[in-house]
Amino acid sequence: MNILAIGLNHTTASIDIREKAAFDGSKLGEAIEILKTSPLIKESLILSTCNRVEIYAIVKDLDSGIENIKKFLSDFHKVPREPLDNTLYEYSNRKALKHIFRVASSLDSMIVGEPQILGQMKDAFDFALKRKSTSVILNKLMKKTISVAKRVRTETKVGESAVSISFAAVELAKKIFDNLATETVMLIGAGEMAELAARHLINNGVKNVLVTNRTYQRAEELAREFSGRTVEFDKFLYELIHTDIVICSTGAPNYVILKEHMHKVMKDRKNRPMFIIDISVPRNIDPQINDIDNIYLYDIDDLQGVISINIQERNKEAEKAERIVDEEVEAILKWHASLSAVPTIVALRYKAETIRKEELEKIHRKLGHLKEEEIKSIESLTSSIINKLIHWPIAALKSEVEDKDTMVDIVRRAFNLDTDRDSKPGNYSQSDDPGSESASAERPASKGEMDKNDNKEKH
Amino acid sequence: MQIELNVLLFELALTFYFIAAIIGIIGLFKGIKSTSRIIVILTVIGFLFHSANIAARYIKGGHIPITNLHEASSFLSWCIVILFFVLEYKYKIGLLGSFIMPIVLIFMLSSSMLPREINTSLNPVLKSYWLGIHTTIALVGYAAFAMAFGIGIMYLLQEGYVKSKHLHGLFKRLPSLQTLDEINYRLISVGFAFLTLAIITGAIWANTAWGSPLQGDPKEIWSLVTWLIYALVFHLRLSVGWRGKKASIVSIVGFILVIFTFFGVNLILKGLHAFV
Repeated sequence: MNILAIGLNHTTASIDIREKAAFDGSKLGEAIEILKTSPLIKESLILSTCNRVEIYAIVKDLDSGIENIKKFLSDFHKVPREPLDNTLYEYSNRKALKHIFRVASSLDSMIVGEPQILGQMKDAFDFALKRKSTSVILNKLMKKTISVAKRVRTETKVGESAVSISFAAVELAKKIFDNLATETVMLIGAGEMAELAARHLINNGVKNVLVTNRTYQRAEELAREFSGRTVEFDKFLYELIHTDIVICSTGAPNYVILKEHMHKVMKDRKNRPMFIIDISVPRNIDPQINDIDNIYLYDIDDLQGVISINIQERNKEAEKAERIVDEEVEAILKWHASLSAVPTIVALRYKAETIRKEELEKIHRKLGHLKEEEIKSIESLTSSIINKLIHWPIAALKSEVEDKDTMVDIVRRAFNLDTDRDSKPGNYSQSDDPGSESASAERPASKGEMDKNDNKEKH
Repeated sequence: MQIELNVLLFELALTFYFIAAIIGIIGLFKGIKSTSRIIVILTVIGFLFHSANIAARYIKGGHIPITNLHEASSFLSWCIVILFFVLEYKYKIGLLGSFIMPIVLIFMLSSSMLPREINTSLNPVLKSYWLGIHTTIALVGYAAFAMAFGIGIMYLLQEGYVKSKHLHGLFKRLPSLQTLDEINYRLISVGFAFLTLAIITGAIWANTAWGSPLQGDPKEIWSLVTWLIYALVFHLRLSVGWRGKKASIVSIVGFILVIFTFFGVNLILKGLHAFV
């Protein structure tokens, strides 16, 4: 049983390859169905976003699995192997787990800590569930992945501070104003970035929007978009009295707002605070305005400065996140090791034996003194009942079946082996069953196999 | 020698406030998520002991225990703690405890260093229901000013971050400027109203006790100075919008004056109010 993660992302593939390799809309269902039919792939899931395309799969054999998936990608998208293979990375087992956790936790993202990827991961998982392309291993793995990503989000500040101009503007506005819903924002000029900043402010509660622009038509368009009101360009200074947040980006070569304007405005608005964002280059607002009390003026460089500090902070937090990911990889590997049949058989036997001994003790206490031979016959009676009862599940576990993982999982759950202390590996030696010896001999072997496979990663 | 119950209660209250204040200060430098909760819990425990201490002194003395500086200072801390709970509940400002509890601690420590005898033989002038009314009103007002002082410092810090564009340190954990300004304004309004009432009740009391509302006592004079300053700030806020940074600076300066009226006048310039 092997876990594979194969894919490409923004660091390995250029945009045109990413576009070609993307599974959008209807293609996704089609692709999943093809993967399901492959005899080499037991479980699969496709994650396709604008920055990455990845396939997670449980395969019988690593080499053939990798080859199979690469060929599928090439065939499906009709991209020749040569350029495609150069952009693909492949991870197996431990490294695959780590990679998947890192992707979901947004540690592998273009902007570390961006929150969308987790949602995309959930969608990919939901889709796979619907198409039944995943089963025991991937289901458990994906659930774990989502919880790891959430843990990273709550225990570190990796996604906390704004790393884009427009988010930084919102973050600042929230530290100046109590409640954005009661504030009024004015857009002076209509650059793309100004528009984006306005949109973020509106998403964060701002309701009153004023728009002014040299070409009136453009102002009207924007005002309609934000359900705001237009202001004639030569009169916008009068409206500043009612404006709390200004976003300015005109193409003007000189200052459109001067210090003396703002002195007057602040007097008229009785010094209520103003947040002015000047994203225009060259600047459109006299930088000295920042010296006036209760006015906070940020130009594009100031906002960049804020962002670069935040990015440094995120990177620091990302180190913490990496440690969480490593911890969780170990945890899931432990679970994975428990899924092999042998420890399950041992745990099952041990559990049965424990129950038998407990019940025997109870009956001893109840019946009082018993003769030697009576004890012996009770012992053999109980042993034979238990052995007969667990014979069938053990036989099933030992048999070579197609979906052994499912079988193991069902047995473990039916007999409640995971939550039991009895099933802990440390307790194996306590069992006087001869089977336990072979079990402890086999366990490290299977683990070693997993570690060896890690080295398959080429990227 | 047996330790008196009220002394023991006082020391217990002081201990819990002390731990809360220390955790609050540590919390400023290390971003620990649950500090504000721990501070509130410790303060609540301290407050219970503190309330019991005040009750014990009331029972033993038979009058409102605000007859000497030890008691007044302790009662002031008690009022600040109540205001802290109110603000914490209403605005849920994370770092409030870190700024307020050290102030509470300072008053409690001052109180602990002052003579603690319970006044059993009150000056006849003080044996009046005006004692309870006048002192309680005055100290509630002072508590509001103390709170405004803490909020003012928070405002200046946050203002500094936003104005200088260096958004580090406590920027993320401090509330918005407008929130702080709003709270500051409300606290000063409450403080001002109580200070006004304290001056009026004091005048009435003085009138009945000595036959004249004004005795030229230094505390009276300094209280009037404080009152005038806060009155001016009020006027400026409403007329030309003296808010934000200026209001915060005034609330800090105003409170320093209040402290002077409170301790300085009693300890340095003896007068009618120095009962000790």
